[in-house]
Amino acid sequence: MTLADLLAGVIFVALNAYAVLGGADFGGGVWDLLALGPRKERQRELIAEAIGPVWEANHVWLILAIVLLFTCFPPAFARLGTLLHIPLSLVLIGIVLRGSAFTFWRYGADEEQRHWGIVFAIASLITPCLLGTTAGAIASGALGEGGGAGGDGFYTIYVAPWLNPFPLSVGLFALIAFAFLAAVYLTLEAREQELQEDFRHRALAAGMGLFLAAVVALLLSLNGAPRVRDGLIFAAWALPLHLLTAAAAITALAALWVRRWRVARVAAVTQVSLILWGWALSQYPFILPPDLSIASAAAPAATLRIVLGALALGAAVLLPSLYYLLRVFKSSAIPT
Amino acid sequence: MSDLLAARSQMGVSLAFHIVFAVIGIAMPLMMVLAERRWQVTGHAIYLDLAKRWAKGTAILFAVGAVSGTVLSFELGLLWPRFMEFAGPIIGMPFSLEGFAFFTEAIFLGIYLYGWDRISARAHLWAGVAVAVSGAASGVFVVIANAWMNAPAGFELVNGQVVNVDPIVAMANAAAVSQTLHMTLAAYAATGFAVAGIHAFLLLKDPANAFHRRALEIALIVGAPAAVLQPISGDISARHVAAHQPVKLAAAEALFRTRAGAPLTLGGWPDVAARETRFGVEVPYALSLLAFHDPHAVVKGLDLVPESEWPNVRAVHLSFDVMVAVGTYLALVALWTGWRALRRADLAHDRWFLRAVALATPLGFVAVEAGWMVTELGRQPWVIYGVLKTGDAVTPMPGLVVPFVTFTLLYCFLGVIVVWLLYRHIIRSPAVPEWRGFYMPGGGMRDAGGVS
Repeated sequence: MTLADLLAGVIFVALNAYAVLGGADFGGGVWDLLALGPRKERQRELIAEAIGPVWEANHVWLILAIVLLFTCFPPAFARLGTLLHIPLSLVLIGIVLRGSAFTFWRYGADEEQRHWGIVFAIASLITPCLLGTTAGAIASGALGEGGGAGGDGFYTIYVAPWLNPFPLSVGLFALIAFAFLAAVYLTLEAREQELQEDFRHRALAAGMGLFLAAVVALLLSLNGAPRVRDGLIFAAWALPLHLLTAAAAITALAALWVRRWRVARVAAVTQVSLILWGWALSQYPFILPPDLSIASAAAPAATLRIVLGALALGAAVLLPSLYYLLRVFKSSAIPT
Repeated sequence: MSDLLAARSQMGVSLAFHIVFAVIGIAMPLMMVLAERRWQVTGHAIYLDLAKRWAKGTAILFAVGAVSGTVLSFELGLLWPRFMEFAGPIIGMPFSLEGFAFFTEAIFLGIYLYGWDRISARAHLWAGVAVAVSGAASGVFVVIANAWMNAPAGFELVNGQVVNVDPIVAMANAAAVSQTLHMTLAAYAATGFAVAGIHAFLLLKDPANAFHRRALEIALIVGAPAAVLQPISGDISARHVAAHQPVKLAAAEALFRTRAGAPLTLGGWPDVAARETRFGVEVPYALSLLAFHDPHAVVKGLDLVPESEWPNVRAVHLSFDVMVAVGTYLALVALWTGWRALRRADLAHDRWFLRAVALATPLGFVAVEAGWMVTELGRQPWVIYGVLKTGDAVTPMPGLVVPFVTFTLLYCFLGVIVVWLLYRHIIRSPAVPEWRGFYMPGGGMRDAGGVS
């Protein structure tokens, strides 16, 4: 493994953390939108309470991934920014609306709070779809030099790579995965049994939905993302990975079924992480398939070495702080 | 509108918006911590209320600053992919460090905001200190990256290829110290005087309000020392620019011709075609004196380079004069504050003083924006001074006027809401009747504690 591989791995770890932490905050917004039944308001309060202290920190994983990407793999960042200008700009609008709406919602006057709640919830619905779509566009190998299919029309270069079935199916998958994670975490956050049951039902439904979305994305990958397809089907690591992912998925659902919330949380995080790493492995050694490899996109070794040093230094500050944050706010979430 | 102009405008709007939140995010946590500390020392509930209000303000502004900062980190690639491809390996390092500083800030802000009842008073105060320190560190790292664009270092160009990259040398670029010092002081001065000004205005209407009085004091403690130091840091910056970016200095001072014993032109309207500045007030020898500390020194004019490499002289010169005028005003008000405080004067009843402070409310931010215009517009047409032109860095994607208009509208909308929320949560007088009128002019305070 080269230094560049290691740093690409670190970036993917940051994305993984963003998916299972920040992603769940998006999922919380989805459940806010879908709050139903007699305990509607309590569901919303629980979501806001769970997200409040941690969500700014969760968001920073994305920024960390972005700055590491442009420092260590600048051609990849430049190409992403150029070819995915439109979906990434829409992601940004979603992030801006969501972030500010959440704060305005918490600090606004009672009468207008619901409006911000709705903005927050809708942005939480759309942003994960677009994030997933950009991931799908990368995986599909449409971001080659000059924009994939060749040709020079605006649509061909800037729209076609992401506006097609496979990337969109990945967007749907991301949305459901985030909602699934959020529901699983909320079973642990809830103090009352009725609320726990509400989110247990949601988690089970989302878990089934996730399976269906995975099947749809896999079917579409047959034509839409040949490299992912080949990786996920033929590579030597494919079978063990699928078995592990399936085991995690079944464990998560079974644990929800028998109300073992902590087990369900670990299994759900494992499941989503394994799916992400399956994607990463399937397109290795390319950072942007079909032609930009990790090695060819890497910054000079001097930069990579010093970034690695900065990462070690940053982690020495960050990890204890993060542990403290989670200990203060998440340790008391004990199932009743 | 050309795509290049649209891209520059979008970046400009995004930065002009974000810089306000970044600046407040640096200074407001300090005020919040000072208020909490006073509460712990005096036990007076009014300081707890202040700390909580400023914490709310920090939370609202941090949230908007976090998302507008996210927008900027993406926009570097969305609008300037060729710049990032060039600069990423060289200057990505301070951005990475900023990522960690920002992370630390977010973590401890969460602990601070939601941890009032969950951790000890001591730990809570230290969480606030961590927010203030990491907020300042974030600002320093980002400004280091900007300083590199003005004074590129840490690489060599051989046949158009970047070689011998050294990120540490890039971070230790020649403009780093002067720019980070100037920007950090600006953050404390602008925020301190904005908050002080608002409370001064409210004290003019309601001089007996102890809440506004305490708020005014803490805000001035943060703002006034920075405002006094800022002219010194400005001098360091100006001399650096004179030596390393003569064209920027020439544009800022509207100096068309290189000359010895150059005068300082205050105000005026630069006439680029005629190569002269009309209606300005000239102070003989002052520019040579300021730029090189020698009245006969030769100051390079815009004639140093062809006109195609000039920045927009009018915009840079007028922005520069606005910044200097405001900086001077704030420094004078700060000195007045210090003098009155030394004499233990009653600031809350000195109506002329309160008026002067109230006038300063928006001025610090005007100066921040103007100063940012000087450094950014003054570097044009270069994005990396002397190395890469802005026009060569822009994305090939057409139709950039669409995202420009979209993000501008989005930011206008957010700006209005933020102002309204701040009024509601931070500025409006608290509804605690006991806090009205217990302050006695000329005497101490009657104890009004226990109103928590």
